[in-house]
Amino acid sequence: MIFSYAAPQAFYPVAGRMVPWFAWLAAILAAGGLYVGFFVAPTDATQGESYRIIFIHVPAAWMSMFLYLVMAGWAALGLILNTRLSGMMASAIAPTGAMFTFLALWTGSLWGKPTWGTYWVWDARLTSELVLLFLYLGFIALKAAIPDPQRADRAGAVLALLGAVNVPIIYFSVVWWSTLHQGASVSLTRSPTMAATMLTGMVLMALAAWMYSIAVTLLRLRAIIRSREGDAEWIRISAGK
Amino acid sequence: MAHAFLLLVRRDLRIALRRRGDVLNVLVFFLVAASLFALGVGPSPELLRAMGAGVVWVAALLAAMLSLPRMFAADLAEGTLEQMLIAPQPLGVLVAAKIASHWLLTGLPLALVAPLIGLQYQLPADALAVLLAGLLIGTPVLSVLGAAGAALTLGARGASVLLGLLLLPLYVPVLVFGAGAVLAAQSGIDAGAQLALLGAFLAVSCVVGPLAACAALKIALD
Amino acid sequence: MSWGGLNEFLAMGGYGLYVWGSYGMAVICIVVEILLVKEKK
Repeated sequence: MIFSYAAPQAFYPVAGRMVPWFAWLAAILAAGGLYVGFFVAPTDATQGESYRIIFIHVPAAWMSMFLYLVMAGWAALGLILNTRLSGMMASAIAPTGAMFTFLALWTGSLWGKPTWGTYWVWDARLTSELVLLFLYLGFIALKAAIPDPQRADRAGAVLALLGAVNVPIIYFSVVWWSTLHQGASVSLTRSPTMAATMLTGMVLMALAAWMYSIAVTLLRLRAIIRSREGDAEWIRISAGK
Repeated sequence: MAHAFLLLVRRDLRIALRRRGDVLNVLVFFLVAASLFALGVGPSPELLRAMGAGVVWVAALLAAMLSLPRMFAADLAEGTLEQMLIAPQPLGVLVAAKIASHWLLTGLPLALVAPLIGLQYQLPADALAVLLAGLLIGTPVLSVLGAAGAALTLGARGASVLLGLLLLPLYVPVLVFGAGAVLAAQSGIDAGAQLALLGAFLAVSCVVGPLAACAALKIALD
Repeated sequence: MSWGGLNEFLAMGGYGLYVWGSYGMAVICIVVEILLVKEKK
């Protein structure tokens, strides 16, 4: 039954109906998460109020990594099942993944300044986020550089899988590298006293980010379907949906 | 299969030696890039000694990437690439041959020349030995993953720059362990662990890289 | 967690620039992303 939605034409209106649900979920969860983060969670003993960046930094970082895996998963599905929709899904996810990676780097940098005194710290998390950003950008660039969409999808899929296999190795090597050069360095987010309220706020914001990602990805997927199947009759008929 | 492998390697080597300039270009770029870093930061021996491992490795990575676009492009233009795909031998064997000849013409010369550049950066003898060993293990990785990258960007717009963007994140472990090994040797620590990790990464790449390269070639020539 | 008024909330114990710089960028990213997706009509 699920496979009947594997055709872009069939999934297009479904995606359109799903977007508002996920958008509302995202808004509600974000409101809850921000409320907990700013009005429930207490001031941190060592970092003062600056630690509240955690409620956007950690969810952004989690989403950046999670979305890459989902993207690679869709890519694998596309290569195995040869479905057009899978490649389009991977293309739809990539910019959002890159956005969260950038946001993780930006917020991490602004958190590092009051905590460590500099805007950039070569710690394991930030450095591997940077490499992840390069992986996302490479994926987007490769797809943009290949004219034929089907070929671009398949080449991108191979690249995404190559990246996915290497990400654990890259992360391990960056962790090794940072402990080598900084000794036993404490990660930005490894706070020994993580109050339950702080964790709640982080989880709520992470769920909000997830719902947001789904909503935006589905919107972008519809745009991709429109641009690729543009001349088809059904597009003009369903223009209102 | 071994016969086809050797034939292809010997053919690539013969073609390359007819155009020796390409091989030398890579080496000259290596030397120039490494010298640029020294010119950029000044001649202080302590600073150079601290930077040397990283500089030599980064310059080697960049130089090795220079010749990658050519790996399949020439064969594509001549039509021999299509022949490779319909040949009775498994595509993997032929791709392995392309990787081997790339390494012999790029990675191996880079590794052998690197100790000379290490001297420019005041590296002691035992560090130079680790530098050589690391590059001998690491440059094949560049060729293996590079084959995948070259196959993916075949016929794409702006292939050579795109290749860099695609491959450099994947090269991070090679750089970290390779340069880390030299730094360990410089501090008197045993570099064995780093070299072993480099070897492990080589083993993983040898499985993943050719798989990706074969898939990418089939996609490119569909 | 009680804030002594809007001023204290905005100041974030002296870290206002960093905290609001972070959340501000998040808002900008989200708005830009949604606009970019919507314009592909």
